[in-house]
Amino acid sequence: MLIEVNMTINGRAVSGKVEARTLLVEFIRDIQKLTGTHVGCDTTQCGCCTVHVDGKAVKSCTMLALQARGKTVLTIEGLANADGTLHPVQEAFREHHGLQCGFCTPGMVMMGVDICRRHPNADEQTVRHELEGNICRCTGYQGIVEAIVDASAKMAGGQA
Amino acid sequence: MQDFNYHAPASVADAAKLLAAHEDAKLLAGGMTLLPTLKQRLAAPSDLIDLSSVPNIKGICREGDEIVIGAMTPHADVAESALVRETIPGLAMLAGQIGDPAVRHRGTIGGSIANADPAADYPAGVLGHGATIVTNTRKIAADDFFLGLFETALEPGEIILGVRFPIPVWSHYQKLRHPASGYAVVGVLVAQTAGGVRVAVTGAGPNAFRASAMEEALTADFSAKSLDGLTIDAETLNNDMHASAAYRAHVVTVLAKRAVAAR
Repeated sequence: MLIEVNMTINGRAVSGKVEARTLLVEFIRDIQKLTGTHVGCDTTQCGCCTVHVDGKAVKSCTMLALQARGKTVLTIEGLANADGTLHPVQEAFREHHGLQCGFCTPGMVMMGVDICRRHPNADEQTVRHELEGNICRCTGYQGIVEAIVDASAKMAGGQA
Repeated sequence: MQDFNYHAPASVADAAKLLAAHEDAKLLAGGMTLLPTLKQRLAAPSDLIDLSSVPNIKGICREGDEIVIGAMTPHADVAESALVRETIPGLAMLAGQIGDPAVRHRGTIGGSIANADPAADYPAGVLGHGATIVTNTRKIAADDFFLGLFETALEPGEIILGVRFPIPVWSHYQKLRHPASGYAVVGVLVAQTAGGVRVAVTGAGPNAFRASAMEEALTADFSAKSLDGLTIDAETLNNDMHASAAYRAHVVTVLAKRAVAAR
């Protein structure tokens, strides 16, 4: 049975028909065609599918689309400004080369934004600890951590 | 994941009716365990009853000498709550060590204790503080709640509404965290409460339990030294790929001492 679901994604009211078992990430990728959000492990471990729901980072592979009914979702596509100016976390990932293959990057950036929101001027140890739910198999995390530390300082300093 | 019927009742009474009407229904709280379980087809409920639209079962408040935490309150809210940090810092510390940040934004206290995973953190917090679990039909003392592996005192159709924590004199949580999953290989919560010293252990056995010999020793002398030579009988503990029962028994004492030393 298909059920109508409505939510706001990246500032746009969207709707679609889903099965009860349809995951939020499936709704985002397969129905809304926003394929920036990736599916890595599909078991709540790797964080590639991280999006924000009502302002908080969650793993969209472990949430039903129906659980996001009426909620506000932000994906990687909605992070930059409309004029293309990157979000400070995206800019910092570019600056510090916080990626290699890029597969984990959307989730890393979305979690990075969440970390910066909760930890202004986050230090390296805090960022490493907070990133425990996001797995990167290429970089050794160095650039990712540097990028989030830098963005956290810049955002706290009002340069966001 | 097999498909199911989805319900989002707007009251506890409606949720209870749905639960009674559908024999194979399951309650959905944060879904951090249930949804992975469904994906693996370890369970295939006919109906999921999502509690997120039920009012008044989410949030944290103080009522007299108790902190009341609604069943649908996510771990992150408990970890970051100024009220919990001030009154029961040991509980805020425990909540902040569950899973990872994204999991803590979704996972709930009610879901955690209803599931009663042997390696979950909250059972130690609930048992160690001598909390009371409030359901739609009764109040259950934490001492009577955890019965076995994934087994609780909850009856079919019973819904957890919240947990009442008496504010302790002091408490502290120590955890040997599995590096990949974040679950407690062993977790020990030590509390000094109005009713005496309580030591609750999770991760080590089939369900959270109190270490009564340690409680007695700490009642006589609240010092890490008083736990010297006291160990849990490894016969009753979990033996798996993560840790042997003997190792877990050893770690229980180590963590209990560290908790006491933090006083």
